[in-house]
Amino acid sequence: MSRTLRINGKAHEVDLPGDVPLLWVLRDEVGLTGTKFGCGVAACGACTVHVDGVAQRSCQLALEDVEGEVTTIEGIGTPDNMAKIQAAWVEHQVAQCGYCQSGQIMQAASLLAENPKPSDAEIDEAMQGNLCRCGTYPRIRAAIHTAAKMIEEA
Amino acid sequence: MASIGKIARRTFLIGSAAIVGGVAFGAYYVSRPAPNPLKPGEGEAALNPFVLIDGNGITLFAPRAEMGQGVKTSWAALIAEELDVELDQVRVLHGPAAKAYYNSAFMLDALPGKGYDSGNFKHSIGEALGHLGKVLNLHGTGGSTSMKDGYERMRLAGASARETLKEAAAGKLGLKRSQLSTAKGMVIAPDGREVSYVDLAQDAAKLSAIEAGLRPSSTWRLIGKPQPRIDMAEKATGTAEFGIDVRLPGMKFASVRMNPRQGGSMKSFDASAAQNMPGVEKVINMGAGVAVVASNTWLAMQALEAIEVDWEEAPYPSETDQVFAKIAEAFDDAPNSVMRDDGDADALPTGATELSAEYQVPYLAHATMEPMNATALLEEGKLTVWSGNQMPTFVQSKCAAEAGLESEQVDVRTTYLGGGFGRRVEFDYAVQATRIAKEMPGIPVQLTWSREEDMRHDMYRPGAIARMRGAVKDGAAVLMDGQLAAASPTHQAMMRLADFQPAGPDKVHVEGFFNSPYAIPNYRMAGHISDIKIPVGFWRSVGNSFNGFFIESFIDEMAHAAGADPMEFRLSLARPEWAPAAGVLEAVKEMAGWTGNTPAGVGRGVAMCYSFGTPVAEVIEVIEEDGSIRIANAWIACDMGRAIDPETVKAQMFGGMAYGLSAACFGEITFADGAAEQGNFPDYDAMRMHTMPRTEVRVLETQAHLGGAGEPGTPPAAPALANAIFDLTGKRPRRLPLMHDFDLLI
Repeated sequence: MSRTLRINGKAHEVDLPGDVPLLWVLRDEVGLTGTKFGCGVAACGACTVHVDGVAQRSCQLALEDVEGEVTTIEGIGTPDNMAKIQAAWVEHQVAQCGYCQSGQIMQAASLLAENPKPSDAEIDEAMQGNLCRCGTYPRIRAAIHTAAKMIEEA
Repeated sequence: MASIGKIARRTFLIGSAAIVGGVAFGAYYVSRPAPNPLKPGEGEAALNPFVLIDGNGITLFAPRAEMGQGVKTSWAALIAEELDVELDQVRVLHGPAAKAYYNSAFMLDALPGKGYDSGNFKHSIGEALGHLGKVLNLHGTGGSTSMKDGYERMRLAGASARETLKEAAAGKLGLKRSQLSTAKGMVIAPDGREVSYVDLAQDAAKLSAIEAGLRPSSTWRLIGKPQPRIDMAEKATGTAEFGIDVRLPGMKFASVRMNPRQGGSMKSFDASAAQNMPGVEKVINMGAGVAVVASNTWLAMQALEAIEVDWEEAPYPSETDQVFAKIAEAFDDAPNSVMRDDGDADALPTGATELSAEYQVPYLAHATMEPMNATALLEEGKLTVWSGNQMPTFVQSKCAAEAGLESEQVDVRTTYLGGGFGRRVEFDYAVQATRIAKEMPGIPVQLTWSREEDMRHDMYRPGAIARMRGAVKDGAAVLMDGQLAAASPTHQAMMRLADFQPAGPDKVHVEGFFNSPYAIPNYRMAGHISDIKIPVGFWRSVGNSFNGFFIESFIDEMAHAAGADPMEFRLSLARPEWAPAAGVLEAVKEMAGWTGNTPAGVGRGVAMCYSFGTPVAEVIEVIEEDGSIRIANAWIACDMGRAIDPETVKAQMFGGMAYGLSAACFGEITFADGAAEQGNFPDYDAMRMHTMPRTEVRVLETQAHLGGAGEPGTPPAAPALANAIFDLTGKRPRRLPLMHDFDLLI
């Protein structure tokens, strides 16, 4: 059965069984590979996207249950036109291998939308579902503070 | 030695060659000296440059796997320093699998000896031996070698290209080369006229390359200073291409389910239910498992679950207790190595107090964030493999063998790696992708493992047992006598690669065991290799990952037995042995404000390990919080000799410690019915943002030789934490992971 998804401001016709997780619709069907597969059980956060602005683990969200506008890492900015949070990531040189960072950024963006000036403890609380095996956590925390400042000043 | 080095350097490095629309400088593989090694004869290997200048601009090649360590940037900076280009005006590519991109530093660590005691002579031998890396086709990344390997060679490549471009400009401008200067990709005449490298490329290609000396470090613009990482914008925008992100026209998606009892085969399978599931295109018998090719990775994984399989038994004991009993049997055999035997370790020095302890650490998975994957396309007589990997030439030859092709017919495209940690030294996933591609000729197929497949089909860090005996007298260590039992990653990896088991002492097995930079008069370390068949491989810092825990836990026990402060005890052992080892201890002592006393509810531990040429000391502070233990603070000091990029080094030290702490707290692979019991992050957790300590890192540059960065941060993490927990609780951790015996904050 064909469904219409709205992703990053565009409509996409998708013909896949309704139980296929959004993650695999994005990656293998739509070709948006910025959203990553890490665990498939919502334990690592690499697949985090926004649905109507709220962070969701796309590996646990079935296609038939997607209601609302989907935003992926590609939808918030590009290398030539970065979102503030992405610019903060570059400023702090956050990434090592980089594989988890799309999910980290989407989770952080959702946090800042909800709480424009989070404390360290609030950041830790919001980000603890996002795993990074390289250990970039302190730079992520610093980048979130910088992004908060950049957004406030804009 | 000098002549070998010189010949090898010439065949390797110095030269230029015309290419379509430009010039290439750099490497060319020949097996014999030749007047101009960059003029390949018919049928000889193709040119693999480090610097390529054509109508599209300037391209530098950094043929080392970018797995988070920043090598793409640091490697390019070494070339750019002498070439006089800015990193933001060049393109940096990994390049193909090629002998010319061999790693000259791989062999250095294979030399006998403790490492830290090597003088210039041994380093020179190492340099000459390094050229064996070329003969052995060791194009690869690992062993914290990249900067040691590229430090001189890449600067020479940049300098040679620069001088040759200047010579071309001199001809064009009617000036002498010595009158010209260079900056930002331009040759500049005394009167201010400028000619870009791009415009000089065609002329430079007609010249013989000019050999040039290296500039003094005082003039460096890039080396030793933090550089913005070339891959950062891509990684912040989801546009960096990892192996799993490769997308090709008409591509299909596959997954596999192999026998979870690794090494066991498959009796039979029934795929009748899977055949008709949505999206399924093909079910493939993989010998020891099955693969499904589908229109979508998830649909392939679902179909795999629907296949009934009857697996064969594992070729090793099926339960964890039996596994460790089998490993302990190796103690009864003659040791594979006794790489240190100072003084008389059999006798107890008069008046000394003896102590002994046994430690055990588990098998560990690498658990890279990006599960294993590879994409393969088999066309008429040609195979293309896309994968994040640490050893492109191994991938090339193994996939060629699988496809029945010659290596030259296989094009390996190395992408970014979503974590390596040693797992992507292996080629199993790429060979599987090739096998699937054989069943789908002309169609690109991407194979992606589920997380469970990844965790249950690893080449694990071996489980290991150490039996330690020591003696203290007058507050000092007078005897340390250790025995290690574990499988050998090197033996198994060589068998996988070349069906060959190296003879002689296995240094990697006992690295960090025999060569602690401590002056202990009676010091003997024996390595017993277990032939247990659970697959093991190279896990960040390899032997040091367990030996560091054994030695630094036992040193701590000896300090307490001697009634000494653990920091001062180590300092008094390190000072007479090797100054840089004492230096990193002094640094963390000062950074942490170490007094030897901690208030109630706070514990502190220290550990110092020497690995991959770099001594690293770590102090960890734990606090009791609501009945559980929180890792609150950490201080790290390392001495690299020369830090090519200090911020990258700090990130590697912190990350190395994070990796070590994850394992120390939560990491274990256990076995039931022959299969790994852990399958995903809920069973194999890691440090998260809220559980990582606040950390300060200091990078010292006092020692004479260049040390590694990617791995040395890992070995001290577990013992520093265990020692801190002992300080807090009075209970000595002798097995890992710590979560079984202590209530850690999660």
